[in-house]
Amino acid sequence: MIRTEELLLNVGPQHPSTHGVFRIIVKLDGEIITEATPVMGYLHRGTEKLAENLNFTQIIPYTDRMDYVSAMTNNYVLVHAVEKLMGLEIPERAEFLRLIVMELQRVASHMVWWGTYLLDIGALSPFLYAFNDRERILQLFNELCGARLTYNYMRVGGVKWDAPDGWIDKVKEFVRSMHGKLEEYDNLASGNEILLSRIKGVGAYDAETAIAYGLSGANLRSTGVKWDLRKNEPYSLYDRFEFDVPVGTNGDCYDRYLLRLEEMRQSLRILEQALEQFPEGGETMGKVPRVIRPPAGEIYVRIESPRGEIGCYIVSKGKAEPYRLKFRRPSFVNLQILPKLLVGESMTNLVTILGGIDIVLGEVDC
Amino acid sequence: MSGEDRREESAKLNETKGEERRETEEEAPTEGSAGTSAEGAGTTPTDAPAEGDNREDVPSAEADSGAAGAGADPNGRKPEGEEQASAPKQVQAAAEPKTGPVDAKQAAEGEPAAPPAKAAEEAAAPAASSAGGEAPVRRQETDEEKAARRKAALEAREAAKAAAAQGAARPEAAGGAAAAGRNPAAAAGRAAPAAADAPPPPPSPNQPRLDRAAQLLRELVNEDAVEEASINEPNDHLPTLVIKRDRWQACAGLFRSHPELNIDYLRNVAGVDHETHMEVIYHLLSLDSGHNYAVKVRTDRESPSVPSVTPIWPTANWNEREIYDLLGIDFPGHPDLRRIMMPDDWVGHPLRKDYAPLDPEV
Amino acid sequence: MDRYFNSPVSWGHVGIFALEAIAALAVVIVFVTYAIYFERKVIGWMQFRIGPNRTGPLGLLQTVADVAKLLLKEDTIPARADKALFILAPALAFVPSFLVLAIIPYGLHLPFADLNVGFLYYIALSGVTTIAIVVAGWASNNKYALLGGMRSAAQMISYEVPLVMSIVGVTMMTGSLNLREVVLHQTGYFWHWNFIPQILGFAVFVVAAVSELNRTPFDLPEAESELVAGYHVEYSGFRFAFFMLSEYIYMYAIACLATILFLGGWNPPFPQLDFIPGLIWFALKFAVIVFFLFWIRATLPRLRVDQLMGMAWKVLLPLAILNIFLTALGIEWWG
Repeated sequence: MIRTEELLLNVGPQHPSTHGVFRIIVKLDGEIITEATPVMGYLHRGTEKLAENLNFTQIIPYTDRMDYVSAMTNNYVLVHAVEKLMGLEIPERAEFLRLIVMELQRVASHMVWWGTYLLDIGALSPFLYAFNDRERILQLFNELCGARLTYNYMRVGGVKWDAPDGWIDKVKEFVRSMHGKLEEYDNLASGNEILLSRIKGVGAYDAETAIAYGLSGANLRSTGVKWDLRKNEPYSLYDRFEFDVPVGTNGDCYDRYLLRLEEMRQSLRILEQALEQFPEGGETMGKVPRVIRPPAGEIYVRIESPRGEIGCYIVSKGKAEPYRLKFRRPSFVNLQILPKLLVGESMTNLVTILGGIDIVLGEVDC
Repeated sequence: MSGEDRREESAKLNETKGEERRETEEEAPTEGSAGTSAEGAGTTPTDAPAEGDNREDVPSAEADSGAAGAGADPNGRKPEGEEQASAPKQVQAAAEPKTGPVDAKQAAEGEPAAPPAKAAEEAAAPAASSAGGEAPVRRQETDEEKAARRKAALEAREAAKAAAAQGAARPEAAGGAAAAGRNPAAAAGRAAPAAADAPPPPPSPNQPRLDRAAQLLRELVNEDAVEEASINEPNDHLPTLVIKRDRWQACAGLFRSHPELNIDYLRNVAGVDHETHMEVIYHLLSLDSGHNYAVKVRTDRESPSVPSVTPIWPTANWNEREIYDLLGIDFPGHPDLRRIMMPDDWVGHPLRKDYAPLDPEV
Repeated sequence: MDRYFNSPVSWGHVGIFALEAIAALAVVIVFVTYAIYFERKVIGWMQFRIGPNRTGPLGLLQTVADVAKLLLKEDTIPARADKALFILAPALAFVPSFLVLAIIPYGLHLPFADLNVGFLYYIALSGVTTIAIVVAGWASNNKYALLGGMRSAAQMISYEVPLVMSIVGVTMMTGSLNLREVVLHQTGYFWHWNFIPQILGFAVFVVAAVSELNRTPFDLPEAESELVAGYHVEYSGFRFAFFMLSEYIYMYAIACLATILFLGGWNPPFPQLDFIPGLIWFALKFAVIVFFLFWIRATLPRLRVDQLMGMAWKVLLPLAILNIFLTALGIEWWG
């Protein structure tokens, strides 16, 4: 009888498809995974600990560095939590600006996902197509706040910078052209037989599992659960706009793929309406005390980031610094289902499934 | 004992495991003070007054804690807490005139710079001012010390003011804060009467839901399952329940399975070190009804442990690992409780308020 | 040229053959240099990029600079590697790749070795490279390299079968495996070229050939996103350059073979155009094939291992066999 040995393979922390310093210890039987153990923490910077010694304005740049692909939504969840705790009023123009940058960010983030996911699957070009268009969003952000990745744009009570002249028109122009681009993306990749054979039916789970594992975002909606915090627990101005929450049926990587593309379209829809209703004048900062010192109490707010439910839990003891700040990071929570999904899959599907979950390591490790 | 020694002491202590370290740290100030003054500190029943003792009576020990600040001393504690904690002991010091002179004498022996009479005066001084919950600045302190003390005092005052202001506006919140503290917080205590004066606010829309949940838990699990139930008003009237630790597993099961509650989604698990106790907060959600609940489970700091809910909500798995890693709370029943963020050989739990890094350079 | 083959051997022959060989090698090296440049440029344009444009005019010296860098790089061998095999593997991959070039006729009067078993010679030698890849994967003492090597062995063995089967039809029509005669058989208008009657064989050939080349969408042995770099993950410097070189030379060889077997070799599409030298026609067709290879690299995602194997055995092989049947029927009915 031939004796076979299991191969223990360290995928990561330096591996092109783990999207950062993430490591999975896989036991391979041939190319079939029999056990997968995720190891993380390589990018753990102790944001929550650092925050305990910083005032709230100082924490905002740290949130940029959590989910660095979607820094605007991270900014928002923090300032939103503080504002809610303090009961602050936000000027409408500021809130509109926030919503616009958040939706632009969602489009940009999904583009990064789309490009890198197809790169994981072996297609080179979509990556550059996506980044080419994302570049335009980064340009817009750059004009708005002078940064391309870590924006530090929002403040408790409003936003740091008003939109420069003509910025809104540029965003309108972008949104107009982006519809065509999404068509192009679809034509370029979505119907590709090889792609379909790679992602259809791969990494599938049912709604019950998804809920039990606390998945959120497209990972949850791909199973058919219609749960989008922008609709179900509206924050900001989302209740003013019309948009659909796309859901999948099979909960596989293909559904997640289609969902994210569709979410981009819905974001563009929101953007169109928001740009149409954008108030002419007005303040971009509300009335905020010089030192931001939320009253003693605690609060948990959550918003829909491109990756799912990002939450911020603050315990305040009435100081300028939070007593305890905890982020619910969607990447971290979504990733928990990975070991379960990987068992019995091949090495190639590891990449497909991991990519489909859409994680950002800055957020997993925080 | 000089500041140098104390820092070394602390560094050594940090090498021990988390729980052990916590214990030894309680002794640390005592040791630090034994050379210079208060034997009374050694006999004080609880940790906090001992500390207060040191702070008020022994300038040298205080200098240590000030100097060691960032590194060795468990200085993560909020000054506010110290102030409050020190208050009872100050009263005690005033009531027992015997300890005052003894301290003063020993202080004089340990530190010739301080004349005995003056030291005695100081021992009494804080007692006099303890009602204010604020330590006056006195005598030959270095500038740093003074600055630190002044800041602490200022913050304490502000906290009290904020709490009072909030208490007037939102009685629940203030009550919640007082409950959350569970220590005899001077600030919250003063806020309470102010809250009592305000007219009763309209009941929260979620009050019935909270009552029903508490009722269910009391009926179906145990009468003592729910320790407190309140509405967190700024947070969208979030029904917040404090569950007795021993009953938590049964309560979690009920939350998950009871058709009326039907909590199928665990949003977030957070651990908080309240210095007097540890707390684990679960944010629960029912996807069907959209109902939110926050559940708190309290545990002591010495050997914190909360039953794991991973068998009920698999989401809790990594969250509990993270809390175990960063706060050192044990979760009996967890399938695989290991460190998740920090390296496996890390010493200590960074998010604890008294965490001091093993190697201050890192 | 023919007379050299047919006259008795003398020292003059040795010199001329040596010169010819050097010229051929020079052509190949220049091709590889500019194929890489061209590939980067083409893929760059397809991706809204410019491609290399810094080194030399229009970036033409980019590959030269890259090669120079690779040659000057420190030669590293992993401590736990099997040294002898680790050193042997690049040479083993590279030598057969050059040997296969001997049989390619670029024009009626430009053959190097006029072998009767032409195509079989190619298949036999290119199989040696598979061994080199497995050896490289094994000797590196790296798990990714091992997986890459194993995948490669499985893949190349599987795809050689449909590759050989796909040209059986051509051989049946021509009645010879000699590549020169295959081209001569295709003289006339472009519809006399083999790719029309042998369209099925041509399709199978192209797919199997891309797979033999380990290029996208069949680049599993070196699948970057899964296996980091596959079998050559531990190689650097000139040893890596050898793998790279042999890969591109095989691409050269396959493009030549496709031209010869299916696209009429040096024949012009219309006999009226034969005032243009055959070498140019050959180069044009060859360039089209090479461009096609680059094009799909920029377009397609990668297959999965099981799908790859399924494709070889369940799709390509039956198609190739069907092609043989149809060819036989065609010859039987229409001569």
